[in-house]
Amino acid sequence: MLDLSPLELEALALSLRVALWSVLTSLPVGLLVAWVLARREFFGKSALNAIVHLPLVLPPVVVGYLLLVLLGREGPLGRLLYDLFGVGLPFTWEGAALAAAVMAFPLMVRAMRLSLESVDRRLEAAARTLGAGPAGVFLTITLPLMAPGIVVGALLGFARSLGEFGATITFAANIPGETRTLPLALYTLTQTPGGEGAALRLTALSVALSLAALAASEYTARRLRARIGV
Amino acid sequence: MLEVAVAKRLSAFEIDAEFSCTTNGIVALFGRSGAGKTSLVNMLAGLLRPDSGRIKIEGVTVFDSSRGLDLPPERRRIGYVFQEGRLFPHMTVRGNLTYGLRRAPTNERRIQLDQIVDLLGLEALLERRPHDLSGGEKQRVALGRALLANPRLLLMDEPLAGLDQARKDEVLPFIERLRDELTIPIVYVSHAMPEIVRLADTMVLMSNGRVEAVGPLDEVTSRLDLRPLTGRYEAGAVLEARVAGQDAAFALTELSFAGGRLWVPRLDLPDGAALRLRIRARDVVLAHARPEGTSVLNVLRCVVKDIGTEEGAEESAQVDLRLDAGGAALWARITRRSLHELGLVPGSEVYALIKAGSIDRYSLGRSTAAGRFFPDAE
Repeated sequence: MLDLSPLELEALALSLRVALWSVLTSLPVGLLVAWVLARREFFGKSALNAIVHLPLVLPPVVVGYLLLVLLGREGPLGRLLYDLFGVGLPFTWEGAALAAAVMAFPLMVRAMRLSLESVDRRLEAAARTLGAGPAGVFLTITLPLMAPGIVVGALLGFARSLGEFGATITFAANIPGETRTLPLALYTLTQTPGGEGAALRLTALSVALSLAALAASEYTARRLRARIGV
Repeated sequence: MLEVAVAKRLSAFEIDAEFSCTTNGIVALFGRSGAGKTSLVNMLAGLLRPDSGRIKIEGVTVFDSSRGLDLPPERRRIGYVFQEGRLFPHMTVRGNLTYGLRRAPTNERRIQLDQIVDLLGLEALLERRPHDLSGGEKQRVALGRALLANPRLLLMDEPLAGLDQARKDEVLPFIERLRDELTIPIVYVSHAMPEIVRLADTMVLMSNGRVEAVGPLDEVTSRLDLRPLTGRYEAGAVLEARVAGQDAAFALTELSFAGGRLWVPRLDLPDGAALRLRIRARDVVLAHARPEGTSVLNVLRCVVKDIGTEEGAEESAQVDLRLDAGGAALWARITRRSLHELGLVPGSEVYALIKAGSIDRYSLGRSTAAGRFFPDAE
């Protein structure tokens, strides 16, 4: 089981890299959005909420195509990126990470928002009376208390990124070694005559990976909750 | 010194509170549930913003709507002990205690960790987490945490309300100790008269979002016109007294106060010790002449000052009288029929009979304001 072929290793490493970057880059943004949605009242809040949740209800292919329209070489944002930094996102692993991040974003925001809403604001008020300013309160009270939610959000995002298919194949295509992650490799094998055996091996690999991530996050979240005493 | 004039419209009612008082010892903020006490202290702490007004605490204006001034809570340096403790669950007791201390200006860290650990008996709890502390322990930690921030004023919002009597008796002595040992002004919010009588020197009486009376505790509690607010069950007089002697053979202690002498069940206190006692109106019997052959040990000559009239007083069987016993105020609750048969009117001379046993230990508290009644003392 562990003697993976070079192609399988490549797909696994790429999947992990894409999922990791997807989570790392969207975590801070997701935290900010979760905070804004949980704590602030402003005009256009429900519009923001809808936009954040859009990838959850849209077909992934539509999201991938929208990204292509926006960020493609001829797209308004894509041209800007290319002119300013000489980078293009479509058909690169960074593009795959972006597609995965967009798809995972609503799940992460939801988890973090829920945990933020369950933080007892009276504890924050108590910290203010003890001399901590708003930023200090966030770092020493709010963030530690919502840590389990952040871990859960990160795991959900990671798992969602690992499984991302539709938006990735539309925006970043299916390029071996660049954007062919596990699901894409599996899809390719199922389209290849005689690829059933290899497809099964990849399936088992995906299941093992997801279970490991789930177990790791359960363990971390439980330890964090024990520390908070809830 | 506390100078407050604030207005705030809340969804349920309106707060329009104005008072000023000195902050020597403990200021009790008393009122029924829903009188606006918590809202008022939240405004003092900066957790609730008044619609308009001014708040000046110990010489520092922390809020003034006319100048657009509203200091955030972290810059007011006002300690707050909440009813529910509000300990940080993700920190140890030590982490909780030092949270405010670490943030206090270095040159104003008068109160140190060791001192508070000692005063509140927290040594054994330091490495524990809030969720495995008892209710009383939690409140002691909350008290220590607020004190260690070295505040200019300490607010305590019904810190004992969530505790049973045993836990209350565990925490109360600590509050008395910090009142006596740390010279920190305290505003103590409560609707429990026994706690207030035991702890406070000054009383601010609140009702329906307004401050109805401010003054020395004994003065406010002995005002008949405030009776509907201070409560029927609570009716009684607060006296400042001093131990005058012991009767070892009969296990009694003699106290002296402005109105004369009182015998109470034996108190383990040295002669001259100051204390405060409370005599409930329903424990006082009135007589025209000094009675002979009675079991009552305490007979005080008094003058009727005031006869209580309340809404619906015509239907009520009982009436409260305020008496003057050599300058000290006493209350008596008798039936209206007795009032009629004795023909008492303001100015009548009467004898107040008080059973020694009715002044129980719980009504005793150490006084810090005794100098007011015993100018020659200390």
